[in-house]
Amino acid sequence: MGQLSTKHLIAIEPLQTNDIELILDTAVNFKEVINRPIKKVPTLRDITIANLFFENSTRTKISFELAQKRLSADVVNFASSSSSVKKGETLLDTVNNILAMKVDMLVMRHPSPGACYFLADKIDAVILNAGDGTHEHPTQALLDAFSIREKLGTLKGKKIAIIGDVMHSRVALSNIYCLQKLGAEVTLCSPPTLLPKNIAELGVNISYNIDETLAWCDVANILRIQLERQQTQYFPSLREYAMYFGVNKTRLDKLKKEIVIMHPGPINRGVEITSDVADSHHSIILHQVENGVAVRMACMYLLANTTA
Amino acid sequence: MSSQLLLNNTQIHLMLQRLSREVLENYLNEEIFLIGIQPRGILLSEKIYTILQSISKNKVYHGSIDDTFHRDDFRRGKIVTANTTNISFEIEDKKIILVDDVLYTGRTVRAAMGALLMYGRPKKIELLTLIDRRFKRELPIQPDYVGQSVDTIENIQVKVDWNNKNNKVVFVN
Repeated sequence: MGQLSTKHLIAIEPLQTNDIELILDTAVNFKEVINRPIKKVPTLRDITIANLFFENSTRTKISFELAQKRLSADVVNFASSSSSVKKGETLLDTVNNILAMKVDMLVMRHPSPGACYFLADKIDAVILNAGDGTHEHPTQALLDAFSIREKLGTLKGKKIAIIGDVMHSRVALSNIYCLQKLGAEVTLCSPPTLLPKNIAELGVNISYNIDETLAWCDVANILRIQLERQQTQYFPSLREYAMYFGVNKTRLDKLKKEIVIMHPGPINRGVEITSDVADSHHSIILHQVENGVAVRMACMYLLANTTA
Repeated sequence: MSSQLLLNNTQIHLMLQRLSREVLENYLNEEIFLIGIQPRGILLSEKIYTILQSISKNKVYHGSIDDTFHRDDFRRGKIVTANTTNISFEIEDKKIILVDDVLYTGRTVRAAMGALLMYGRPKKIELLTLIDRRFKRELPIQPDYVGQSVDTIENIQVKVDWNNKNNKVVFVN
């Protein structure tokens, strides 16, 4: 029998390896559930969950909502663009008003790093971070780890490359923590301008050469170039980025081995990854999407225990 | 903790033979679908499956079901880690025999039936159990095939110890 050592799921960094393994093991059972003829279980029928999205999201929001509905939870959705936040209401007031309506769990995406930590100190409800600025995106890291484990059997000793815009990515940071806790070796590969200072202190390898990185790794997790978060020009042009850091079929054909291609989405086709790679047999991108629902079901199932 | 022997290996062996033959009496020339309830019902259902295969010409299928996500005690102090479900056959319109080692309150069987109905609509669901702890039922559930019925007081557990050479059922106090 297992229980998470944490009340909230805000980041991977403070999680114990046991917690991560428990979530991944539980997700295996939920993957079986979502492949049944009837993809629903009554487990969270007495729980109300609010999805608070202060930032745009398509797949994460749908993934969470499907996961909640398949657990039979009651779900309410909130989008800041059509809410009283526009009238000047504070985050804490907004959340307290929602909690006053007897909500048990919050799934929150917020543009400010640390927004979930800020709330966790002030409210009783369980908080699940669906991405806070450039800080962490824990469920994405968990579903990535789940997908790699499903494909390769284990993460222990595997070589994982995270390629692309690490600077603006919350996925990268959560992935680094998660993969390292599960025993994988991580290399970051991107232009120097897209790597945060001192990132090597996390114990990752750094590479500026995509071909060497692809030759080294078992798995390439390719990140999106987040143009919407870039105030300054970090590289001369998208075409040049695609030439020097884009993963394409020519590069993969040069390798004398099979590697697994991942991408958290949405994809800039032709920039960080070409269509023929994204849609190839190397790619597990759509498996990641499917696994996302199972992993999020596992997270909410295990966290709901802490609301008892 | 003290334990008292209720059934020894020989008695269990005879009981398994009898239960298998009872099933056969009701399934003349029919396919038999056994589904063990995780975790401990699996062990019993595997044994019944093996015996049925050796004593009959009926086609026998075997699967397992996990009821964790259908339990009614979630968030009530008991934390349950899920097991796997493995049903490789269609249950739609089939007669299914659910198998568990000990029937007590009936809540596990209810949860297992809930989980099973997620796979389709069986024609009939029957229940086979090695031990029926009578008078402690909390739901209106009764077994169709029983190894032995026992009466116990609440703080006594009935434990089936599956050990290939020395199976036994004990009261644990």
